[in-house]
Amino acid sequence: MSRLEPVRFVAKNMRLDLRLIAGMIAPGSRVLDIGCGDGTLIEHLFRTGGCDARGIEIDMAQVTRAIAHGLPVMHGDADADLAQYPDGAFDYVVLSRTLQAVERPREVLRQMLRIGARALVSFPNFGHWQVRWQLLATGRMPMTKAWDRPWHETPNIHPCTIRDFFALCAEQGYAVERWLAVDEAGRRAPWRRFPRLANLFGEQALFLLRRG
Amino acid sequence: MDTPDALAEIEHTHVTFADGLALDCGVRLRRLTVAYRTYGTLDADRANAILICHALTGDQYAAERHPVTGKPGWWSEVVGPGRPIDTDRYFVICTNVLGGCMGTTGPSSPRDDAPAPPPGARPALWGTDFPPVTIRDMVRAQKRLIEHLGITRLFAVIGGSMGGMQVLEWASTYKDAVFAAVPIAGAAFHSAQNIAFHEVGRQAIFADPDWQGGRYWQTGRIPARGLAVARMAAHITYLSEQALTRKFGRRVRAGAAEDGSPLGLLGDMFEVESYLRHQGSTFVQRFDANSYLTITRAMDYFDLAGEYDGELARAFAASRTRFCLVSFSSDWLFPTAQSRAVAQALNGAAANVSFVEIASDKGHDAFLLDEPDFHRALAGFLSGCAEHAGLRP
Repeated sequence: MSRLEPVRFVAKNMRLDLRLIAGMIAPGSRVLDIGCGDGTLIEHLFRTGGCDARGIEIDMAQVTRAIAHGLPVMHGDADADLAQYPDGAFDYVVLSRTLQAVERPREVLRQMLRIGARALVSFPNFGHWQVRWQLLATGRMPMTKAWDRPWHETPNIHPCTIRDFFALCAEQGYAVERWLAVDEAGRRAPWRRFPRLANLFGEQALFLLRRG
Repeated sequence: MDTPDALAEIEHTHVTFADGLALDCGVRLRRLTVAYRTYGTLDADRANAILICHALTGDQYAAERHPVTGKPGWWSEVVGPGRPIDTDRYFVICTNVLGGCMGTTGPSSPRDDAPAPPPGARPALWGTDFPPVTIRDMVRAQKRLIEHLGITRLFAVIGGSMGGMQVLEWASTYKDAVFAAVPIAGAAFHSAQNIAFHEVGRQAIFADPDWQGGRYWQTGRIPARGLAVARMAAHITYLSEQALTRKFGRRVRAGAAEDGSPLGLLGDMFEVESYLRHQGSTFVQRFDANSYLTITRAMDYFDLAGEYDGELARAFAASRTRFCLVSFSSDWLFPTAQSRAVAQALNGAAANVSFVEIASDKGHDAFLLDEPDFHRALAGFLSGCAEHAGLRP
């Protein structure tokens, strides 16, 4: 029955930030993608890198779609469903644009680096100059491309800046192996070597961490 | 009622193992018969076999006209050419469970520990002397059949409700023999509430004078009323309140009272009552009361973690099986929390797990019904697994 055949993923449609993440993952790795959506990244990692990639997703419609595509995805969320995994079960644990929406970001990071040798974390940067300027100039909560919902509707309950995140990693003793700041389209900028500039001009950040 | 004879007279496809089966209770059945049906074709590598495990009152006639009721198979929505379990691609096996009444050894089988009856006399049947069986015993019996068919590894084991219990038992007892496992609307143990409902059903059977201490086969009068009440009580647990409201609401149909009085016990009847009575009366034509007692008991005993010192994750230690757990949002008999607990235990064993709750208002029975999201997820999971298993498309 043709309607049951999964439509195969086409790599060129993959979000740019997912491509950046995929570029940091070694072939053949064991990967857990938290907040995997319809499983685009895990399918890419399996098809192009032969990874054993699995996903957790909170939106049931996305979970259904992913499983119907033949992808190993389970319903669950970052706050509740990481504690069960054994130590070191994965080579990489990915949390893409979700850290700012979880209830306990520090605990989620701790769990990620307990169950995985490395963590890949991306988040929208609240230190971007437009965010700063809007709050200063208008006195109202900022609304930008990255922060696009009014304060009373946003699921993003824990916004942070790139410098905040560096500080948390230092405090927790996580080693930052790589980091980069990009604009909304995922393009890297020349100020990537300077955290203070990146914090001003980067719309999103991507960090590769390991236990210190 | 002559139904027990009708049940006994049908010739079911079966295989008999002369060396019997050792049971968890310590008794050894001297003879084991497993009745089964298959659909599709086993490929040359014997790699495309799927075992389907039926629920409490199901049987091996999953995808064809039932020989007793004449109705379509209980999973004909799911199993068949072009269906989610595609018989053009997979070789599907379904057995009647140990303790059942459709040809596999059970309470209505002849005792194997009695001398042969004199010519012309009816053989003594097990009845309530049939040894208690467990879900693991059922799975062991299925394993015998699978080996008999020359299959060393099942591509998948799939089942709903009690079938889901068997799937979990397969995946923990025979890890290397299961490539993919799909427990649907299942649980790793039977809860106090589940056991309580079963006990109501069993007491209804015991209370029927025609049960005759379980030796009803001697008189030919079966405990039809008790078994029907058991079925009626159980059937309520298979549906959701929304489903009952949608199907019947408070609608009333004309009753059987001869004086035409609309009220009272024998007057008009709510449609839901009429429906349940129909469910009860048709059930007794195809099911044996002692089998009902045996199988409900097997479900009640089930506690997979109990087989592993109370730690469910240990049941799946080092498992390489790919799991897909499915629950339904309105199922209050085997609620989503039960499937989630299994998924989390599988995470604890770092097993490969998919887990989805399908939005449905049809209650526990949703796994038997037309649920497009469930069917898409099942079909997609299987074809994903087929790719990993290297099955030919």
